[in-house]
Amino acid sequence: MAKPVPKKNRTQKKVEKKKPVKLAKPKIIPVKTKKQVVKTIAKSKALKPTKKLQKVETALEKKKPVEKKTKKVTTASEKKIEKKKEPERTFLPPPIKTVEEPKEYKMIRAEINKLRKNHFLPISIIDGIVERAARDKKLEAKLKYIVEKSLEEYAKNLIDPTEACGIIGAQSIGEPGTQMTMRTFHYAGVAEINVTLGLPRLIEIVDARSSPSTPMMNIYLRDEYRVNPDLAKEIANKIEITRLTDVADIEMDLVNITISIKPNKKTMEKKGIAINELLGRVQSVRKLSAKIEKETVKVTLDEPGYKILQNTNETLKNLKIKGIDGIKRVIIRKEPNEGYVIYSEGSNLKEVLDIEGVDPYRTTTNDIHAIARELGIEAARNMIIHEANATLSEQGLNVDMRHIMLVADVMTADGTVRAIGRHGVSGEKSSVLSRAAFEITVNHLLLASQRGESDELNGVAENIIVGQPVNLGTGAIELVMNTRKPKQKGK
Amino acid sequence: MAGRNITKKIGALKFSVLSPTEIRKMSATKVITADTYDDDGFPITMGLMDQRLSVIEPGLRCKTCGLKVGKDKCPGHFGHIDLAMPVIHVGFVKTIRNSLRATCRKCGRILLSDKELEEYRKTIIKNSSEGRDNAYMFKMIISSATKTDACPRCGAISGKIDLDKPTSFRENGKKLTPTEIREWLEKIPDEDLPLLDINVHSARPEWMVLTVLPVPPVTVRPSVTLETGERSEDDLTHKLVDVIRINQRLQENRDAGAPQLIVEDLWELLQYHVTTYLDNQTSGIPPARHRSGRPLKTLAQRLKGKEGRFRSNLSGKRVNFSARTVISPDPNLSINEIGVPAEIARELTIPVRVTTQNLEWCKNLIKQTAQGEKPGDNYRPHVNYVKRYREGVEQRMKVTEKNSDDISEKLELGFIIERQLMDGDIALFNRQPSLHRMSMMAHRVKVMPNRSFRFNLSVCPPYNADFDGDEMNLHVLQGEEAKAEAEILMKVQENLMSPRFGGIIIGGLHDHISGCFLLTYQDKTFSKEKTSEILATFKYKGKFPEIHEENGESVVYGKDIFSVLLPKNLNIEYKAKACFHCEVCKAAECPNGAYVIVKNGKLKQGIVDENSIGAFKGRIVERIIRDHGTTAGRMFIDDVTRLGIAVVTVIGFTTSIDDEDIPTEAKRQIEEGLQKAQNKINTLVAAYEHGELESLPGRSLEETLEMEIMRVTGRARDMAGEIASKYLGLNNSAVIMAKSGARGSMLNLSQMCGCVGQQAVRGERISRGYKYRTLPHFKKGDLGASAKGFVANSYKSGLNPTEYFFHSMGGREGLVDTAVRTSRSGYMQRRLVNALEDLKVESDGTVRHTGGEIIQFRYGEDGVDPTRSTAGKAVDLDRIIYDVKQEE
Repeated sequence: MAKPVPKKNRTQKKVEKKKPVKLAKPKIIPVKTKKQVVKTIAKSKALKPTKKLQKVETALEKKKPVEKKTKKVTTASEKKIEKKKEPERTFLPPPIKTVEEPKEYKMIRAEINKLRKNHFLPISIIDGIVERAARDKKLEAKLKYIVEKSLEEYAKNLIDPTEACGIIGAQSIGEPGTQMTMRTFHYAGVAEINVTLGLPRLIEIVDARSSPSTPMMNIYLRDEYRVNPDLAKEIANKIEITRLTDVADIEMDLVNITISIKPNKKTMEKKGIAINELLGRVQSVRKLSAKIEKETVKVTLDEPGYKILQNTNETLKNLKIKGIDGIKRVIIRKEPNEGYVIYSEGSNLKEVLDIEGVDPYRTTTNDIHAIARELGIEAARNMIIHEANATLSEQGLNVDMRHIMLVADVMTADGTVRAIGRHGVSGEKSSVLSRAAFEITVNHLLLASQRGESDELNGVAENIIVGQPVNLGTGAIELVMNTRKPKQKGK
Repeated sequence: MAGRNITKKIGALKFSVLSPTEIRKMSATKVITADTYDDDGFPITMGLMDQRLSVIEPGLRCKTCGLKVGKDKCPGHFGHIDLAMPVIHVGFVKTIRNSLRATCRKCGRILLSDKELEEYRKTIIKNSSEGRDNAYMFKMIISSATKTDACPRCGAISGKIDLDKPTSFRENGKKLTPTEIREWLEKIPDEDLPLLDINVHSARPEWMVLTVLPVPPVTVRPSVTLETGERSEDDLTHKLVDVIRINQRLQENRDAGAPQLIVEDLWELLQYHVTTYLDNQTSGIPPARHRSGRPLKTLAQRLKGKEGRFRSNLSGKRVNFSARTVISPDPNLSINEIGVPAEIARELTIPVRVTTQNLEWCKNLIKQTAQGEKPGDNYRPHVNYVKRYREGVEQRMKVTEKNSDDISEKLELGFIIERQLMDGDIALFNRQPSLHRMSMMAHRVKVMPNRSFRFNLSVCPPYNADFDGDEMNLHVLQGEEAKAEAEILMKVQENLMSPRFGGIIIGGLHDHISGCFLLTYQDKTFSKEKTSEILATFKYKGKFPEIHEENGESVVYGKDIFSVLLPKNLNIEYKAKACFHCEVCKAAECPNGAYVIVKNGKLKQGIVDENSIGAFKGRIVERIIRDHGTTAGRMFIDDVTRLGIAVVTVIGFTTSIDDEDIPTEAKRQIEEGLQKAQNKINTLVAAYEHGELESLPGRSLEETLEMEIMRVTGRARDMAGEIASKYLGLNNSAVIMAKSGARGSMLNLSQMCGCVGQQAVRGERISRGYKYRTLPHFKKGDLGASAKGFVANSYKSGLNPTEYFFHSMGGREGLVDTAVRTSRSGYMQRRLVNALEDLKVESDGTVRHTGGEIIQFRYGEDGVDPTRSTAGKAVDLDRIIYDVKQEE
């Protein structure tokens, strides 16, 4: 039997000797918030792939030597980003600020690294020790004991090989589903914006729908934009979609077959639109000409006719004057320790990121596919984790991050966002029987026979179907005791 | 078991399309008669029930292999029907269509140049070697070949192929007969097939046009004999009868040279019957029906769906040695145990091999069978069967009262006795829906009188069980490996920690928590006698807790009684559930006694409540499990629950309607507050009506008004609750339960004695019903509180009719919600499990698909088991540092 998995003796030392193997995906860099880092990578690639990337890595090198693991996943996400042609930007995204650690932190960290002697400890734990030791001077003396104790406990808490972590993860996420609310709308943080929450949202994430039922963005601002309300307002105006009816009264003149647009001064000012700008937008509509007459815009048709007049009136009403497609409404709020943040109903990540003053490192959307398109698969994975976790914890349900990570990793393992279900992960399984047992039984069987597929019976469902022990947990161990001594064979 | 030592392992299953030659080769007989049995009830030769296609009556022998149905297991043999004219196989219509469109009608080659073909071939080979999906490539080949007008090789003009669903094809509007299609498909050379997604070794396109139809063995479609002696045939047999009948007529007509029209009609009819035989839910044609009007269940229907072969029989299997009955609670059992009714224990057996060590014991057991049962006797296990193997043949003897002595004498080494269940046996206990692994845990059997399964109340949360009529299943393990595995991995005590969040899911509940609260609240004391009474309930054997002299009486502090259960080296500090969440926590100096300190296994201060011993939250339980192992944890839970109940029994604890009594003063205050809220709503409504209300950004006026009113009503209810709770102290049982986390919340209480509050449907005030109003009791357009579902009364004071109605509306929404939710979340979980079931942690720490594909390089980024983690953290740093500080 072909065993693709290298069987390694999993003693503690061996694992450690390999040096910290870093995470599931390519260049994930520890310490920093994942979102930030991933975005950084994606962005920097889009601009100047090599140079920027180095910068990021060197910046983080200081914290910890980063083990680089290149995987084929990279090719997929890289390709995606590279083939996209960036329109010329009017500005460059700001460089990331790496926060220098205080000196004493560094010293404690160095001390810990010396004490752990090449034994692996998760960075979060080291960080935890550093922080606590820095806060309480007395602990520094006891550092050796703490590190040793942590190493001991860490080794004890490792997961067992052959554990069916997938099933446990699926159950851990599925089981609390019964306790969740069905209520679709709820207010999240911002009372003014409706967001799908609870079970429907969780199903939406797992389904990898092409667009969420309530798209939403948290747009963070940079530097002076986030402290100055006027600048924030200006950005909000650039983002929120403004239609002609929002800023002007449109009147049809049936006698002269013209349309007059009377801008509402107050709202125009509020939205920061000059009348010429409005005129320009109106003129962009085909088959009409427009000019300004006494603060109103007169529209005359190239080919007069009542029917056309009606149609033009409708198009003008919905004419976009300003803003970004898809963003229906924005709300500016002042957050403590942050300044002004824009929350939007509707989402368009690509265009929002192109607006100057928007912080591209922290701005997020709940549209996972948009993130995968703009920032790459790693960012999408992190967003799945973030969204699923937020949905669950909002309901007061406590689910370990590792389970959610596993689901996110399964969904994004091949470089695209795949749904959990027959159109995604389950439909692409290699086993015929497993697919047939899940959904659309007959078609899978017919197709398999036409293709001459063979089922190697590696998975769970297949082995249950043929009535064999499953290759997980205790079933994965092939250990047989010979109960008879060879002598007594003849008996 | 003995005699069956060789276990064969299935390496792989290969799928392929049956060729006509293969169908004929495997056929036991040609089937030509549409009838099944003759007048004597004997199967007709070359009929559908031919005895060469295996037999179904027990005792009869199959004419092909000579084996019987029962023990010998004749596997059944296929027959075949030679179709007079070829017909299309519905399942392959799409492949046929694509093949026709993509190939030349004259030379059979794909309508692309050699260069293009070579390129596609290369990419496909490359893709499949990299494990990528080729679906897109095939689509490309077919669409580009379809667009080609003339064959690049022979120059033949290709026509437009249309498919009239479900099974007929047209070329440039002219019908293509299956014969023509078959001839066309035959021309496609083998080397082009891989480009059409057909594997040459398993299929040929022309096989998708049927010329021979396999007839499944009789065992697949058994006929049932009704009591009246009438035979009722299987749906498949019915369908096959139709096929043969039409096939015969078609043949006769064609041979007789009947007009083309008639032959074509019959051909079409044959196509219909073969189509419905394969799939009776093909869209575009009416399903074939039974005489009664019920649609027939043909081949595809047998496999499909939840009740189909795959999900119902292959993925789920039925078992022996299982039992199901109603459950009921028994606080005297350990959490590891399960009470099994004697009636069930007598039925379920465990195989025991007779060895030199247990020969006498086994003989005794068999002898006991003779003694029978007398009412009032203690349960003693008997033996139901004795098995032995002679030359690999199993012999099974039933042990009865009469022959038991006899059998007992004859008992030899190597025999296997099937002994009845007895105390200490291990069995799996399960409640559906089995949403997580704790839905099936191993328990130690305790045989008991009466007829329900009984278990400790603390085990309810993992099973999500209650005792309102729930039933549960018991499975008795038969093999030694199974028993050992269940003991090590599945016992209740091994599942105290949940893999979902790294905390306990089994702990004290309800009265256990109330009891411990009363025991440790303030400086509760007990007399020596009461103390002994309490300690005796869990058979305490250690030192008697410290006795103090107070007011001339010797008393024992409740905290000392509780400390008796704690391990001597336990040091822990945390906030109790009863914590007031003060702005600045005074920690050790907490005036409410809500800060728990345990030092060296002694409860120094603090209240023991849900946060100490409760399921999901109990810190002490969790710590004991982590430090002292699962056995200690199990014993602690057993004891602490008994302690809680004992305390509650000794002190006395009850709740009744007078727990919700509040003084008139409080009532007045609440009424006043509600009146204020009422006024505020009226002003809001008035402001709205006069157009003075200012709308929130991005909201309409109506929405703003609703939001404001909702806020006011919400606050009104909170106010009522606050006033009520001010007058309800900790001498109130209901408050004790709410504060300690035993049951209920302060919200429940305030709804009972203060004000029920706003009723909502879909998160909004109730708005639907009559035109412009909710009920005819109100004025049209009334936006006031009571007209939109605000319940100002409390449950105790009673709701007025309109309030009651609104309350029911809210309640109904909840019910509908639950009903919808269970099905939706069930499906989500099924999909999740299906997508993730094949993942496992490998020896090198990576997470891989069983196929070998890597999903994570290190499980959960740190390789830590969530079950062992402390609320998700790999290492419990706080604890390590606390311990360090303690040492000083």
